Amino acid sequence: MTQTTANTRRGGGTDRGFDDLGRLMSLMTGAEKHGPAATSTLDALWVLYDRVLRVTPETADDPDRDRFLLSKGHGPMAYYAVLAAKGFFPEELLTGFGGYDSPLGHHPDRVLVPGAEIGSGSLGHGLPLAVGTALGLRLQGRADSRVWVLVGDAELDEGSNHEAIAHAGPAGLEALHALVIDNDSATHGWPGGIASRFEAAGWSAVTVDGRDHEALHAAYTMAHPGRPHAVVARVEPKPDEGEPKVS
Amino acid sequence: MDTMRDRFISTTSQLLDEDPRLAVVLADISSDGFRPAQQAHPDRVINVGIREQLLIGVGGGLALTGVRPVVHTFASFLVERPFEQVKLDFGHQGTGAVLVSAGASYDWPAGGFTHMAPGDVALMDTLDGWTIHVPGHPDEAEALLREAVKGDDRVYVRLSLQQNDRALPVTGEEFLTLREGRSGVVIAVGPMLGAVEEAVEGLDVTLLYATTVRPFDSAALRRAAGHASADVVIVEPYLAGTSTAAANDALRDVPHRILGLGVGRAELRRYGQMTEHLTAHRLDPASLRQDITGFLGGR
Repeated sequence: MTQTTANTRRGGGTDRGFDDLGRLMSLMTGAEKHGPAATSTLDALWVLYDRVLRVTPETADDPDRDRFLLSKGHGPMAYYAVLAAKGFFPEELLTGFGGYDSPLGHHPDRVLVPGAEIGSGSLGHGLPLAVGTALGLRLQGRADSRVWVLVGDAELDEGSNHEAIAHAGPAGLEALHALVIDNDSATHGWPGGIASRFEAAGWSAVTVDGRDHEALHAAYTMAHPGRPHAVVARVEPKPDEGEPKVS
Repeated sequence: MDTMRDRFISTTSQLLDEDPRLAVVLADISSDGFRPAQQAHPDRVINVGIREQLLIGVGGGLALTGVRPVVHTFASFLVERPFEQVKLDFGHQGTGAVLVSAGASYDWPAGGFTHMAPGDVALMDTLDGWTIHVPGHPDEAEALLREAVKGDDRVYVRLSLQQNDRALPVTGEEFLTLREGRSGVVIAVGPMLGAVEEAVEGLDVTLLYATTVRPFDSAALRRAAGHASADVVIVEPYLAGTSTAAANDALRDVPHRILGLGVGRAELRRYGQMTEHLTAHRLDPASLRQDITGFLGGR
């Protein structure tokens, strides 16, 4: 059993760092530079995988590992780049992105992608799945495992998220963490702020600069006894590109 | 006699004592019945409130951690309302669960169409890898449930207030051959058996009893149909014709005719009693006899 490893080792076994992520993403996109929309999750994901999550390629099946659920399955290049940088799969896979024979789709599939905890793409599934995951770990006495789920501010439009938020607070799911990437893409916005939705349901919540690695780390590691924790990471507003693209 | 839903609650409460891998997820419905179990196992009887998308999502999350979730509410709110969750939160994740519904097609006719789910089995049938049980008696429901919780697969158990007078030894796989005849094959599904037995009294037909409709027991139907030509009637307690395509596939090498009887598609907009709805959908013994003999004699 690799429990000890899961609980003591963060990050992965490779020596790739944050500065490699642009190169890894270009293997998927062919572009040297990536706009803010493609990288909205990049800093938040990197700090999480590099400094917070207790999961490595070796412990990816350990029942006591930390879980990261990418709910916002759209634009997964940053996620794939981080997983490759951390050694969950070889970076050669990135070049096939979206191809028929590639495990890396434009939305991730947990059955195909090493290290991916859920298949996502349809918005609003990850947070309820994360609540169930946290409940499942709690009932098995796996008190040290934490569950993180990444959602987008526009994804919060889906009502299923609010069923999950409203339940997790009163249930006192301390192991549960929501990371909201806020690039102002929700069509009607969130008057009063996103964090207030979580706080009203009994969560701990904090809003930070989603490009500031130290601020992200501090927000990720805040104590929140007896309550789930939400980190709202603000990044540059998404350019107005009309209605969301299907692909 | 207890109802299938009563038996589901008592059996599952007992199974929670025996199997630490098991957890029950509720959305208020039946939470009173599960209260003692919840007091005994507060972490393993989870009531999410009136939140059916979360109901399914929590079941999916539990399954991801290796727990065996038993997820329950009325069929209309378990299958129809959160159908995309049912589709993506289990099958797409490569996990399973036991979904157990109550309410069926018209268990509460006075409640009206909002609480009727005649289309649940047809809807579930669009998904891959789901076993679908339609027990006709509390003892059968108990046997099927005890089997279902053991695995990691995807199982839907449809419970109803409509039930047969006696229980049969169901296996969770095969159709049972109750009698054999020469002028046709009649398949009675779950709680329709009582009315069908009365309807085919004195007719020279083979009678099969199905409590597991998916996977469809093609071999049993082929055996019953023989090698010449076959006339088959399927009587289902949900949308008429739900299993016609499965029977047709089973008999692809044999000339055959199939009549699918069940709940009509048109919304009745009637309240009243279940017996009145059975009659309205021609699922009472007299109407069934008329439709079956008309079909078998109409070659």
